[in-house]
Amino acid sequence: MAKVIVVTSGKGGVGKTTSTAAIGAALAQTGQNVVVIDFDVGLRNLDLVMGAERRVVFDFVNVIQGEAALSQALIKDKRVETLYILAASQTRDKDALTEEGVGKVIAELREKFDWIICDSPAGIEKGAKMAMHFADEAIIITNPEVSSVRDSDRIIGILDSTTDKAQKGEKIPKHLLITRYAASRASRGDMLNTDDILEILSIPLIGIVPESEDVLKASNLGSPITLSAPNSPAARAYSEAVKRLQGEKIEVTVPTDKKGFFDWLIGRNK
Amino acid sequence: MSFFSNFFNKKNTAPVAKDRLQILLAHERSSQTSNSDLLQKLQKEIMEVIQKHIAIDQEKIHVKVDRGNDFSTLEIDIEVPQQNKTNN
Repeated sequence: MAKVIVVTSGKGGVGKTTSTAAIGAALAQTGQNVVVIDFDVGLRNLDLVMGAERRVVFDFVNVIQGEAALSQALIKDKRVETLYILAASQTRDKDALTEEGVGKVIAELREKFDWIICDSPAGIEKGAKMAMHFADEAIIITNPEVSSVRDSDRIIGILDSTTDKAQKGEKIPKHLLITRYAASRASRGDMLNTDDILEILSIPLIGIVPESEDVLKASNLGSPITLSAPNSPAARAYSEAVKRLQGEKIEVTVPTDKKGFFDWLIGRNK
Repeated sequence: MSFFSNFFNKKNTAPVAKDRLQILLAHERSSQTSNSDLLQKLQKEIMEVIQKHIAIDQEKIHVKVDRGNDFSTLEIDIEVPQQNKTNN
């Protein structure tokens, strides 16, 4: 049965789009049919991060407004057979996303895909509300930093009160994905550590992605990090998170700043 | 390493961040969801009860909740018009 996952955070710039791309690609690599959808109407970027920016002909809003069929708007990834992208419109405004229209598209996607990953825009306005509305589960992206944690708390409250599931009186499972985690700063006591964040937000942890230049390199290349640098610590963290999302029980390892002797010798940073 | 950094630089910032967040979020969670609804409900129902007996202006009723650490107080302030002037 298809699962709709919203990737959300409240705050901007914490890594929603990067994480959507990485998670979507990693899921698709396991052979599952995956579509990633950009809900950031007017400020689309998932297409760029996925390297599909020049292949967008029709978008999500075109489909909602009946100007294109869903099959015309779905962009097939060139690297992974089972991965598709549905881009947001760059020209319309966020009111183009109606509950009825989004619901119809999601229902149609549910028949074709195993996973539907919704990349939410920042904020708590229409686009963000629509991205989470039909979700079965949520991944909340949080940076170890006060404003991000506060906004995540707010988003958790909104997920529990305004989504379709919440309105039916059902609980929406939530997973915390901590990104941009700098182990050295956390161990020095100058960055909120994992336990602090878990204690405050009290939702289960699905992974910790270390702060890494590999993440920026991947978006420079227009490739999800799980494809372009699958052995990097950040990509491994995403791949493990995906396994947990699929129900595997793997312990979350907190990144450390310990370097091996070899790393030290060649001056390699983690 | 952490021993020395703690020794020379006593003030770590993460615990401050955690404390500030916990206090702030405790406040925001309570004021955000259930309680603002509760206030509206209270105000509406109190209004209805009072209006059964007295013709009163909605703006003359003030409902206020003060949240403390150990207990909270509910304050209801009603301006009752002098009966003989208004009702008869």
